[in-house]
Amino acid sequence: MSGNQEKLTEKDFKDPYEYGFETEIDSDFAPKGLNEEIVKFISNKKNEPKWLLEWRLSAYRKWLTMEEPNWASVRYPAIDYQDSYYYAAPKEAEKIESLDDVDPKLLETYNKLGIPLKEQEWLAGVAVDAVFDSVSVGTTFKEKLKEDGVIFCSFSEAVNEYPDLVKKYLGTVIPTTDNYFATLNSAVFSDGSFVYIPPGVKCPMELSTYFRINAAGTGQFERTLVIADKDSYVSYLEGCTAPMRDEHQLHAAVVELVALEGAEIKYSTVQNWYPGDEEGKGGVYNFVTKRGDCRGDNSKISWTQVETGSAITWKYPSCILKGDNSSGEFYSIAVSNNYQQVDSGTKMIHLGKNTSSRIISKGISTGNSSNTYRGLVSIHPKSNNSRNFTQCDSLLLTDNCSANTIPYIQSKNIDSIVEHEATSSKISEDQLFYCQQRGLDEEEAVSLIVNGFCKDVLQKLPMEFAVEAQKLLSVSLEGSVG
Amino acid sequence: MKEFLNINNLSVSVDEKNIINNLNLKINQGEIHAIMGPNGSGKSTLSNVLAGKDGYSITNGNISFCEENLLEFSPDERANKGIFLAFQYPVEIPGVTNINFIKTALESKREFNGLDPLKPGDFLKLIKEKAKVLGIPEDRLKRQLNVGFSGGEKKRNEALQLMMLNPSLAILDETDSGLDVDAFKIVADAVNSTRSKENSMLIITHYQRLLERICPDFVHVFVNGSIIESGGPSLADEIEKNGYERFNNG
Repeated sequence: MSGNQEKLTEKDFKDPYEYGFETEIDSDFAPKGLNEEIVKFISNKKNEPKWLLEWRLSAYRKWLTMEEPNWASVRYPAIDYQDSYYYAAPKEAEKIESLDDVDPKLLETYNKLGIPLKEQEWLAGVAVDAVFDSVSVGTTFKEKLKEDGVIFCSFSEAVNEYPDLVKKYLGTVIPTTDNYFATLNSAVFSDGSFVYIPPGVKCPMELSTYFRINAAGTGQFERTLVIADKDSYVSYLEGCTAPMRDEHQLHAAVVELVALEGAEIKYSTVQNWYPGDEEGKGGVYNFVTKRGDCRGDNSKISWTQVETGSAITWKYPSCILKGDNSSGEFYSIAVSNNYQQVDSGTKMIHLGKNTSSRIISKGISTGNSSNTYRGLVSIHPKSNNSRNFTQCDSLLLTDNCSANTIPYIQSKNIDSIVEHEATSSKISEDQLFYCQQRGLDEEEAVSLIVNGFCKDVLQKLPMEFAVEAQKLLSVSLEGSVG
Repeated sequence: MKEFLNINNLSVSVDEKNIINNLNLKINQGEIHAIMGPNGSGKSTLSNVLAGKDGYSITNGNISFCEENLLEFSPDERANKGIFLAFQYPVEIPGVTNINFIKTALESKREFNGLDPLKPGDFLKLIKEKAKVLGIPEDRLKRQLNVGFSGGEKKRNEALQLMMLNPSLAILDETDSGLDVDAFKIVADAVNSTRSKENSMLIITHYQRLLERICPDFVHVFVNGSIIESGGPSLADEIEKNGYERFNNG
């Protein structure tokens, strides 16, 4: 049918990666490679106290003894850790009083991404801690948050301004010895965000960070620490895009969440890093360790993620349910297209009594991609009356992609209940035809069906993120059927 | 009278098997045509071919719609140009609400035809009004599209979409099947109410009972992929009495 063919030709002009541009800013590089001198260089650049340098060095020494994990269902050429830069900072970002002092080029970058800081400041009511490369360049709403005693700042700033808090909680959820990539991060982490919500405070706004990888060959080693003190609440949003690049970029972030008694943390991510081109060339390696600790009784941690980017995703946001009656949630949408590889899921570790966890995972694969859900539910002997519910659904759009569900379930307590449901389906021609017969073109039809498939998770996102995420799903799947 | 549909010497095969053979049919604006035929005569193939479903090869002939070559258009273009197919087996789309689906469809058609989308309030008013005519409770509009709907509910929902989209050519593929007596009356009367001088309809059915309520202008007997006899409503009566045997033997 020639009508269809014309459309397909149009589709061949897929949007080149929408956010694939690189801002030209002189970066202040550390020399290439990794050794103790580099770790010292980074620490020194950031005027860090001695204890933190020691902390980094001990992580580095541990890292040297570790081996890169190879159990995930992903393939990539060996990474040469000596062939990368571990520190790059925009030169002018050292001391910034207000947004007016920010390099206009940086602001322009954010504008291209549709994140005008100034507008957001006024319109969206979102405090933005913008991480550009390795150093935070603009933090807004700080004053307003301060009134409530909320601390929201760059990690480096927190190290200098709130050393006791940092020292008390850093590495207590994800120890420096945790895993290869988290340990590497502990040694060379660049910057990130720090949040502290004092007892009884409900954070008055959604806190949000936009990450961006820039500067050729720079690995990103973000470090985020969120502490919700007793009976407090915070919702944190993290969104990412990256410029188009040819070579692979390693990203090994660490996010630690601590919820004390009665506290609740909601952590949402939209991840849209450069996934590589249609032949699988380039793209970000996203090897992230995210873990939340429900340390106090009646605490709650909820992870929601929409993952559409990165060449490789290796990521298992987890909850340690230590406090009695604590609960953990994991809501995930993972889209893989072309040659993307996703191995992602969660870990729910039930330690306290009456703990509950809920996992809803939606995987969508198309092109030649592979998409694996890997999740652990572990109920310890003393965790009486605990329960878990897991639902993993996979949707396949083409014949060449793959979807796998690998659940690990360990229950050592006879009173506890674990439920696991999994489905795998292919988008049906009848569904597509039905939508097309009602006037939707093929891509609109796919987008509608996929959005319906993901609805349970999309609903968990904060409003402004949900809209962005829906758009992202459509963009990620453009030209994926037909 | 404006010519809407013109099927000219059409032959269609599926997996190299001929399903439709040298079919000719012309439908003008304002006319209602019924195609009656036994099971397996190729009736649903015809509706799928008209709507542009993949998997059929046109081995001969052509189809024009409003004097354009219909076969050049994709299924969504055909829909937006005014061809509506009420499905025999409407599909389920989990996670998409009925009302949102209908709104998306209507907006898509309006946009295609250079119209602004309806204001949310106007849309809501319209759909509530139509739902009421069809005896569809409002909460069903908020349910996921066709998910967990009974056969009758699905058919009513097709009728709702038909009324909302107000197509120039509505093709009803066995819309009467799966409906109980009461639902059947409601749906038939609702469809009948969309009848106008502007629009035309092609009713594909096995039984005559739908044609009692929606009186067609023309009845065609469809056997082995072609029309072997055409006439007025009385032809349907005859089939009701004597079945298709005469045509099979003929």
